[in-house]
Amino acid sequence: MTEQKMDQLIKNYDRDFLLKLLDQMVLMRRLEEKAGQMYGLQKIGGFCHLYIGQEAVAVGSIQALDLSRDLVITAYRDHGHALAVGMEPNVIMAELYGKATGCSRGKGGSMHLFDVEKGMYGGHGIVGSHIALATGMAYTFKYNKTDGVVLCYFGDGAIHQGAFHESLNLAKIWNIPIVYICENNQYGMGTDFRRVSGTHDLYRMGESYGIPGKQVNGMDVLAVYEATEEAVRQAKEEGVPTLLEMQTYRYRGHSMSDPGRYRTKEELETYRQQDPILYLKSVMTAGGLLTEDEYKEMDKRARAAADASAEFAENSPEPELDTRFEDVYAKEAVNG
Amino acid sequence: MAEITYREAIRQAIDEEMSRDERVFILGEEVAEYDGAYKVTQGLLDKYGDRRVMDTPISEEGFTGFGIGAAMAGLRPIVEWMTFNFSLMAYDQVVNNAAKMLYMSGGQIKIPIVFRGPNGPAEYLAAQHSQALQSIYAHIPGLKVVAPATPYDAKGLLKTAIRDDNPVIFLEAEMMYSWKGEVPQEEYLIPFGQADIKRKGTDITLVTHAKPLRMVLEAAAELEKMGVDAEVIDLRSIRPLDEKTIYESVRRSNRCVVIDESWPFASVGSHVAWLVSRNCFDMLDAPVELVSSDDVPMPYNHKLELAVQPSVEKILTAAKKVLYL
Repeated sequence: MTEQKMDQLIKNYDRDFLLKLLDQMVLMRRLEEKAGQMYGLQKIGGFCHLYIGQEAVAVGSIQALDLSRDLVITAYRDHGHALAVGMEPNVIMAELYGKATGCSRGKGGSMHLFDVEKGMYGGHGIVGSHIALATGMAYTFKYNKTDGVVLCYFGDGAIHQGAFHESLNLAKIWNIPIVYICENNQYGMGTDFRRVSGTHDLYRMGESYGIPGKQVNGMDVLAVYEATEEAVRQAKEEGVPTLLEMQTYRYRGHSMSDPGRYRTKEELETYRQQDPILYLKSVMTAGGLLTEDEYKEMDKRARAAADASAEFAENSPEPELDTRFEDVYAKEAVNG
Repeated sequence: MAEITYREAIRQAIDEEMSRDERVFILGEEVAEYDGAYKVTQGLLDKYGDRRVMDTPISEEGFTGFGIGAAMAGLRPIVEWMTFNFSLMAYDQVVNNAAKMLYMSGGQIKIPIVFRGPNGPAEYLAAQHSQALQSIYAHIPGLKVVAPATPYDAKGLLKTAIRDDNPVIFLEAEMMYSWKGEVPQEEYLIPFGQADIKRKGTDITLVTHAKPLRMVLEAAAELEKMGVDAEVIDLRSIRPLDEKTIYESVRRSNRCVVIDESWPFASVGSHVAWLVSRNCFDMLDAPVELVSSDDVPMPYNHKLELAVQPSVEKILTAAKKVLYL
């Protein structure tokens, strides 16, 4: 399919909207860099899956939502989505630190960022498993006869799990308002997706279930936005689920311990040339919508927010030891 | 009081809760147009429509996760598994999602859901269709597990399960669906975590749950003929577990046999036996005995499958052992 390039699309948008997209991506980038740095200093432990390189996917797609009702659910590479729904950098970084002020009170960590008020339903650690959850979440809109949609994100590694296939089938037979977004960053951990997939066009994986698919340049935030907006409209108005394959790339390893020996420096460099932030920035600059000074100011604010989040996390208290026994069970709701 | 079957008791509980709370719905294989593989959901489709009584494809992981997702977003689903053997296809969804969501979200997302269906052996069903799997669910913090053995308990506990804000594993049994018992007309609920003394006695405590209850009561009647007055405790609720009722009984009787139709290794039965051994040590006149199924997959042949499972005879042998008879 032919896609319009960003320099053509950009004419349809006002400057404030574009600045917002750029601003979110820059903040995401700087916060992830800070997280990586703090991981190196052992302030953050365990797994830490950075989103650097993929920013346009979360930013562009979530921009197409009405966050007063629509819901988002993703896998463990979730920092970007959390920021994109409007969660504060401070509560995200504090959660990475495992602090009591974190969005999940230090119980979830990097992989389990939640903020129900903002429509962020996690942060899930079992590859593909949450795709079934997303489908059931979306059913509630239909059940309650309310307007709403779920965006369900997962990686190319999740698409061969049974949960993906079973969910797509359910979404089709029950006309569920959902958009499945496969963030194809080319590698399931260290495995090139082409080595383990019967098809290299992942957007076609919904075809046998009658679910339309579309391949999108995931480095182009406006292409992501437009494709998602159309899919969201179809889901809400017609009850048609869609599978979007966002072709993207992560610059860092799968997690912090991954040296990335499965790919070449040249390949990484090729993708860096298509960097989603630089792409939007260059198109906006060329169109007279952004000056270099304005960009520098934006970047400065993002760095300051990232620094502040690390400081907030550092100065936040550890959870009380007794809290480990809390939230295993919800209180009884015998008259619920 | 009216006598109804265990099947009808469960159906009444679902029906009453669905009419009471618009958020309650049921989904599973054959639950709607077929009226339920074991006819538990008979008539519900006609009454509530396919928005609330949903036939699913044979897709246990998918529809179980779907139910959990609906619970995350505010509905109160009942997931019917045609049998617990098939629940293993969905074990990830229950253990990694349902049981963990509240905790890993720091208390933000409740999962009010019931997973129910027949558990344990019936007859002539062989290895893959004859498993009592309560232990692998009871092991998981975040889940509640109940196993009623009478129509009265089934109805009262299921209504509580549906109103609970946590994931509840609700264990029925194919053989029990036609069992009859008295159930009152008026509404009642049975709280979790309360064992029921099904027979009062002073000489020995027999602790069981689920389908074996009936044979334990038969064994108690046999013991009575021998002049032994047995107390029979039906746990009803496995997690939370009513330890108090068990200990009070054992402290009176000083002898205990635990009967569980699961395998013996790391089971609900072995756990209860260990709890009694530790917490009633000074009061015990004999080591606690465990009557379980044999530690083998279920054979098809009827004589073999009966030999594998607990029996009145095996219970009597264990009881005599702790009574030094």
